[in-house]
Amino acid sequence: MAHSPPGFSPVSPALYSMVQQRKLLPYAFLAPSMLAMIVLVFYPLVNGILFSFTDANQYNVVKRIGANVVPASYSFIGLKNYIDLFNQTTGEFWRVLAQTVVWTVINVALHVSIGLFLAILLNRKIRGRTLYRVLLIVPWAVPTFVSAFAWRFIFNQDIGFVNLMLARIGIGPVPWFSTQFLAMTVAIIANTWLGIPFNMVSLLGGLQSIPADLYEAANVDGASWLQSFRYVTLPQLQPVLTTIILLGTIWTFNGFTIIFLITGGGPAELTEILSTYAWRWGFQRWEFGIAAAYSVVILLILLAFAAFYIRYLNRTQAGAL
Amino acid sequence: MSRQSLKRLVDGLTHLVLICAVVIALFPVFWILSTSFKPKPEVFSTELYLFPKTFTLDNYNYVMGLTTKISTREGSQEINLFVRWLTNSLIVAGATTIIGVVLAAGTAYAFSRFQFLGRRAALGSFLVTQMFPGAILLVPLYNLLNQLGLLNSWPGLVLAYCTTALPFSVWMLKSFFDTIPVDLEEAATVDGANPIGAFVRIILPLALPGIAVAAFYNFMTAWNEFLMALTFMTGEASQTLPVGLRRFVFQFATDWHYMSAGAVIVTVPVLIMFFLAQRYLISGLTAGGVKG
Repeated sequence: MAHSPPGFSPVSPALYSMVQQRKLLPYAFLAPSMLAMIVLVFYPLVNGILFSFTDANQYNVVKRIGANVVPASYSFIGLKNYIDLFNQTTGEFWRVLAQTVVWTVINVALHVSIGLFLAILLNRKIRGRTLYRVLLIVPWAVPTFVSAFAWRFIFNQDIGFVNLMLARIGIGPVPWFSTQFLAMTVAIIANTWLGIPFNMVSLLGGLQSIPADLYEAANVDGASWLQSFRYVTLPQLQPVLTTIILLGTIWTFNGFTIIFLITGGGPAELTEILSTYAWRWGFQRWEFGIAAAYSVVILLILLAFAAFYIRYLNRTQAGAL
Repeated sequence: MSRQSLKRLVDGLTHLVLICAVVIALFPVFWILSTSFKPKPEVFSTELYLFPKTFTLDNYNYVMGLTTKISTREGSQEINLFVRWLTNSLIVAGATTIIGVVLAAGTAYAFSRFQFLGRRAALGSFLVTQMFPGAILLVPLYNLLNQLGLLNSWPGLVLAYCTTALPFSVWMLKSFFDTIPVDLEEAATVDGANPIGAFVRIILPLALPGIAVAAFYNFMTAWNEFLMALTFMTGEASQTLPVGLRRFVFQFATDWHYMSAGAVIVTVPVLIMFFLAQRYLISGLTAGGVKG
């Protein structure tokens, strides 16, 4: 310890006692928020999993009417909710799952590719790049429900900006929310719009941390722009790309607000994704057991995806070495 | 083509693409702002007015003047709905921010500074919560809050928001504490401060920018949150702004002019805060992301 005050040996009694106390000290720091997590996250999580094995609905759960508490009267029904779900007795699980996968893949692909493209442009030494960057993150700062509303308005069939512009060139009125394809297109446009800034900023950070001499070396070797992108930029961005693809997939798969507010799942439930579908089972049909089974399945899908993704990355990166 | 003119051409194209991107990024915001100042006939016209032809504040007056009757012990009473929603939003977001940061600070410090049994598992469990679908906690939380009689109440929604605010703040603050040299506490301990004193007097003041970012982020998330507020706050007078404003959206039509005014009122405060904090926010997020 170079900075020890005079008169103290490097291993002072105070420091020694701190080392001694360390055994219990971390737990003291940890206790309040661990307690909160146990009550607010782990207990409900276990409860949610238990619910998925019951026939719980709004009539038979614990109810509170004024000062009176009515005890629960639902019963365990084993795997019935899961069997019904996979057999599509309760909703069209497989179709909604396919829809969710399409929604997630298209959104994440657009987020990452457009985000990377803009990050590369912003990384060039041009005038006004700070201003461009600040203006381009505006969609991130706007509350999601406001963005959803704005896009729904812009694509309104009768008075929306897009249809009024199309009318000027004689195309006319496109019924954006009345077919599955068009409604999904609008939802994907809105979701892409609001997701790009996070990806762009993360990738810009990644680009700026690539050492310049790597590019110089590539230049000396006579690499073209495309080659240095392929062999310098992409490998160097790997850690950032991994993180944002993983997070983006989880966030988009769980996305709720955009679908719920833009298409409302319509027309005829054709644009539902699993998260909005689960919500409808729970809070419109008030079938808590079925909704819980849907939620558990969503969680398992995401956990499986994350595990496979991380394992795949470990393998390919080890292969590259 | 010479190198010089090629560079100029690429620069020009870069500007062109970036300007197009900026226009697309700003257009929806501009469109809402413009609509909020238009009288109803202009909004519902099939003519396209980029800017309001007749400028009006009627939409704002209407939204801010919404009232409803609620029954209290003294009988029925008329209240201003907008003020009520704003109050609900401010109190819930404010309380979530404070509780989230206060609880997270100690935890993040422990993760940053100490090795202890169960550290990896605990840190991992905070990360896994990010993976939960909103829906998985919704059903059990709804029932928990119902049993506690906390549906349609501020504390209920604050507790629900802590499920996301707390783990997020812990990860963010941990990455800030990681950047503060450990020598500082060691020197303080040598001078006779106990570890908790060293944390409160030395580390917390140094981490203030990080704490401010985490606080800001928590506030923004809570202010904008929709799903939990929609599910747990069903009474008209207990809703937050985002959910309350949905009253202008009907099954087959929407009062776009009122909705726009409401949307502007909700957006402006976060937009201002966002731009004041954006530099720190981005560095905080990327620092956390790279380490995480």
